[in-house]
This record gives sequence, C-alpha cells and structure tokens, in this order.
Amino acid sequence: MIVLRGLRKRLGARDVLAGIDLEVPRGQFVTIFGPNGAGKTTLLRILSGLMRPSGGDVYLGGARLEDDSVALRAMVGVVSHHTYLYDDLTALENLVFYGKMYGVKDAPERARRLLEEVGLSVFAHDPVRTFSRGMQQKLAIARAVIHEPEVLLADEPYTGLDRRAGEVLTGLLRRFKERGVTILMVNHDFDQGVALADRVIILAGGRVALDELVTSESLRLIRERYEELVGGKYAGVDQKQ
Amino acid sequence: MRERGSWRLALGWLVALALVVSLYLVFVYAPTERTMGDIQRMFYWHVATAWNAFLAFFVVFVMSLLYLFTGSRRWDIVAVSSAEIGVMFTTLVLITGPLWARPVWGIWWTWDARLTTTLILWFIYVAYLVLRAAVEGREQQARFAAVFGIIGFVDVPIVYMSIHWWRGQHPEAVITTSGISLSPEMLVALIFSVLTFTALYAYLLLQRIAAERLADEVGKLKERARNA
Amino acid sequence: MSFLSKVLALVEKDFRAEFRTKEMLSVMLIFALLVVVIFGFAFNPTSQVTRKIFPGILWVAFFFAGVLGLNHSFTRERYNQALHGLMIAPVDRSALYFSKVLSNMAFMLIVELVATPVFLVFFDYSPAGRLPGLVSVVLLATFGFVAVGTFLAALAANTRTSQILLPILLFPVVVPVVIAAVQLTAATLAGSSTASFAAWLRVLVVYDIIFLVVPFLLFDYLLEV
Ligand SMILES: Nc1ncnc2c1ncn2[C@@H]1O[C@H](COP(=O)(O)OP(=O)(O)O)[C@@H](O)[C@H]1O
Ligand SMILES: [Mg+2]
Repeated sequence: MIVLRGLRKRLGARDVLAGIDLEVPRGQFVTIFGPNGAGKTTLLRILSGLMRPSGGDVYLGGARLEDDSVALRAMVGVVSHHTYLYDDLTALENLVFYGKMYGVKDAPERARRLLEEVGLSVFAHDPVRTFSRGMQQKLAIARAVIHEPEVLLADEPYTGLDRRAGEVLTGLLRRFKERGVTILMVNHDFDQGVALADRVIILAGGRVALDELVTSESLRLIRERYEELVGGKYAGVDQKQ
Repeated sequence: MRERGSWRLALGWLVALALVVSLYLVFVYAPTERTMGDIQRMFYWHVATAWNAFLAFFVVFVMSLLYLFTGSRRWDIVAVSSAEIGVMFTTLVLITGPLWARPVWGIWWTWDARLTTTLILWFIYVAYLVLRAAVEGREQQARFAAVFGIIGFVDVPIVYMSIHWWRGQHPEAVITTSGISLSPEMLVALIFSVLTFTALYAYLLLQRIAAERLADEVGKLKERARNA
Repeated sequence: MSFLSKVLALVEKDFRAEFRTKEMLSVMLIFALLVVVIFGFAFNPTSQVTRKIFPGILWVAFFFAGVLGLNHSFTRERYNQALHGLMIAPVDRSALYFSKVLSNMAFMLIVELVATPVFLVFFDYSPAGRLPGLVSVVLLATFGFVAVGTFLAALAANTRTSQILLPILLFPVVVPVVIAAVQLTAATLAGSSTASFAAWLRVLVVYDIIFLVVPFLLFDYLLEV
C-alpha cells in the first residue's frame, strides 16, 4: 500500500530524512517511535503530500505520489499536531466542508454519523472555538476519516486527550484497523503505541533504526530498543509543529 | 576558488580604471551643455546607473524564473545579489535626478514618468528585500522571493504606461528629461559611462555572489559542528 | 465540474465563517468610513478643491480597508493550520486561489456598496445617470486589486511579519490600478467620458487579466511547506 524508496528530505542544511526504505502492506497498523527531531512528522508530511521529498520515491497504492498527487491525496486521511479546523464554523459545518473538499457524496449524512461515532453529536451546531482541546482532537479525527481513506496517518493523535477520550480514540483506531485501513501512527507512549500495532518502526537520525513485526517474542527486543533510542531522551512531549 | 578570486580582482581594477576614464570624459572631454550648463554633466552617470538598475532587476526576473524551474540555490543567490545592487543603483538615480532637476527646472522632484517609475521600482525591490528578511527557511525564502521577483517585474511596464498617461493628462506639468541634443563627444561620454557602470554592476554582482557562497560554507561548517 | 463545486464550497466556507462573526466586514467598513471622515477633517470638506480630490479619497479608503480584509483572509486559514488541511485535500491549488479571490472580492464589494452612498452624501455628489460607469469602474478596479492582493496576502501570511508586510508588498505593485481607478472615477463623476476613459478602462482590463493569470501560474509555489 505504501512504498518508500530511498526517501530523503533536506530542511535547511540538515538531512532530516536520510534515506528511508519501507514497504507497508494493505491493512497493516504501523507504529512509529523515535526521539524528538527524528523526522517522524516530516515523514508523515511527505506521505500526506504536504511536503515534497528532496530525493527518492513515494508510492501509494502502486502509483507514484508525485505523478498524481491530487488523486492520491484522496486516499489519505491525516491526524496531525494541528486540527485543521475552522474556529468560526460549527463541528458539523467543518466536517461537511471537508467532506466536499474530498468529494464525499452524502457529506452531511456521513458527517452526522461520524459525530455520533466520536461522541460529539450534542455539540454538532456549536462553533469549534467553544470546544475543549480534547473535543477538537476528536473532531479532527472525524475530519481525517470523512472520506473513508484507505490510509490513515496519525501524528501523536493521543496528544491532548484525557483518558476517556483516549479510549474512544483507541476504539476508533481498532475499528479502522478492522475495516482494513492501513495505519501509520506516531506515538510517544510505548504501551499505547504497541497496543494495536502489527509492526513497530523506530526512526533515529533520519533513518530506520528498528523495523520489527509485533509478536510476543519480539516485544522484548522492541522494548529494549525503544528504551535505548527513545526512552530517556523524552524530556517533554512536543505539541508544537 | 583562488583563481576565480584573482579574476574578480582584475575586473575590479579594470572597473576602477574605467571609472577614472569616465570621469575624465564626463568632466573634461564632453563639452558644457548650452542651456543647462555644467549641471548637465550629472546626466551621464544618472543614465548609467538608471540603465543598470533596470538591467539588475531584469536579471532578478530571469533568475527568479530559473530558480522556480530548477530549484537550484545558485540562481537564488544571483537574484538576491542583483536585487541589492539594483536597489543601490536606483537609490543613486533617485538622488541624482532631483539634484539635476533643482537647478534646471527649479524643483527637486518632477513627477515625470521615468523618474516616478524608478521610484516605484525602488519601492518594489526594497519590498523584495524586506520580504526575504521576513521569510524563515532558506528554501521558502528563495521561493517566495522568486515569486515576488516575477510579479514585480511583470508589473513594471504597466506601471510605466499608467504613470506616463497619468502625467500626459496634465500637459502643463509635463517636464521630460529628453530634449537634449547630444553632440558626438557627449554621446561618447554617455556610452562609455553606461558600459563602465555595466562592468561595475558585473563586478559587484560577482563579489556579492562570492560573499553569499562563503556565507553558505560557513553555515555548513556550523551545522557540522552542531551535529558533531 | 468538481473544480467549480470545490471553489464554491470554499467560498461558502469563507462566507459562513465571516457572517457568523462579521469581524472582518465590520472592521473594513468602519475603517473605510473613518478614512473619509479623517480626510474631511484634514481638508475642508465643503471647499471646491476637496470635492475635486474626492475620487482619490474614495479609493484610498477602499484600498486601505481592502488591505485589512486581505490580511485577515489568510490569517483565518492559519488558525489550526487549516490551510494545511486544504493542501492535503484533493483540491487543485488554483481552486484555493480562485476561491479566495472570489470571497475577498465579494467582501470588498459589500464594503464599497455600503460606504459609497455615505461618501457621496458627505461630499454632496449625485451619481444620477452615472451609475453604470461607476459600477464598471468599481468592479474592474476592485478585481485588479483583489487578484494581486490575494496572491500577495497568501505570500505575506507565511512570513514572520505577515500583518505589516502586505501593504508594502501590495501598494507598489498596484499603482496602475490606483491611478486608473481615480482617473476613471473622476471622469465618471464629472460626466466627461472622453477617449481617455476607454484607454484607462483598457489599462484596468489588461491589469486584471495579467494579475489573474500570473498568480494562477505561480500559486503552487506559495503553497509548499
Ligand atoms: N522547516 C524546517 N526547516 C528546518 N528544519 C526543520 C524544519 N522543519 C523541521 N525541521 C527540523 O527537522 C527535524 C525533524 O523534525 P520532525 O520531523 O518534526 O521531527 P519529529 O516529528 O520526529 O520530532 C527537527 O530537528 C526539526 O528541527
Ligand atoms: Mg513530530
């Protein structure tokens, strides 16, 4: 579903991604760990078509991203650090608007169902500016899947969610996984990260430092490598970007 | 690197020499203009800087296009270098213009099409430099500057035409810089001055490009030091 | 077809957001009125001379108010990085540009529609019989201003000094529109549609076309992260 070949990205004088090769089959749930500045967000930004790679190729569903980026963008849903929501529009208006951007046919109907799914039906007609951070994040998740994407990219989606909201998100992700959506999730928390993952990738210094399928045997290795490469280096969780 | 540096040095001396010769042509060789007197001698360097300012901005335009097509930083360096020199030349034009106008027409500023267009050019390319300073990230800076460099230059002919017509509607106020009949000596002084300033432009451009490249090198070394 | 429907959805979004708060329209309108009142104080509003410079005052008010609106139009897209949300959607970048041109144009026209009668009253002008001329001038001049202004606003929005940068980027570039708009308005109000009237109209049309096409070609380069 997703194929990366020698993907490189240079920002300023720095090789943020220094050659990434990766193949993610359809329906796989991949969790990406990595210390701050490892290039996780950059990787997802390139996959979502927000950034252009400096070198290498990205293929989505067999087609090269650069050749047909507009059409391929329709396959992808993104939960980023930012919600992408309009403060002055209501929850429903935001979803319907993004639905139209993705050419969703029955956008209002689908928007209502999604609001139900993330537990925001009651607030459908309230402007987003009145929402708490957690509510905005839930709405952002609904926004990301308004067009039933085949690929979901989630960059630290648990940020800003309290425990209950976190459980809602986990439930949502599980359902997407069951529907066969290919998911790439960046996470900081080890247990949260491996809970649903079929596969774990650790990025460090712009390269793949670990790439393991999650099994009961491999879990110890993954944890060791996580502690070594990521664990100690986390002073705080960056919510910016 | 060193060899190129010595070429630049040679060009620098050549330009210096040409400037001296140009001074001689302007002040000694060319005859005094009958109606305006000595002040007309300002004309030679005024035109020389004006012509090269336009050349500099044209170079910004071409380099901007090249940058957008290739994405190579090389062209962006030329563009910013040329813009800075162009702004400097334009500033000189805007200073020498009024200095010349005052004794001849009794006013510092004439809203004639050429001088006013030059003023607008000055505004556009100062904005270009301010824009560069306000953008973060080198790539984005180059891209935005290139885009504005194109918009700005495309605008120039329309600005000139509209100012020209605008003044044309008030015939009583129209004062043009043309109408000087040039003697052959004057023409020689003019052409030589223009060429000299073109060489000066080329020299300054090369120096400025070299300085920018060095700044890039320093940036790379610092980045390496930071990562080490 | 889908291009057009997406442009319309984008415009609808701008309208919904604006008419919910009306923060941009009200500021633009009050500012335009203030400019004219301040001019009234700065120059004697009843003197013949002030009446002569009325077209200039009118357009200064519109263009300055317009810059406020243009600045805001992309600031709104920057909250929560909504613009990124649009950039990753399967929408042509040019659709984003055209939709912003359309909504900015609409907002400016609303301000002009409300403010112009007030101005005419203030300066004791009667537009009777000159309305078609006036309307065509306002439409063409506003469009030129908005076409290039929207583009430069998108440019300025991604800089550190976005709000203060736009005027110095925009005004030098938009000089031809300023001149033509004032000339044409003066001619219209004086009732003297001469040969130069057609020439100035042509300047505006040419400007409008150039500064719709060039930004259209370049807009992709602005929307890259
Ligand atoms: N526009 C940019 N210009 C220069 N460096 C950048 C830019 N964006 C991000 N970076 C740098 O790239 C590195 C990787 O960033 P990011 O992908 O956000 O890391 P992560 O999400 O893994 O924490 C960081 O060191 C960051 O400072
Ligand atoms: Mg990140």
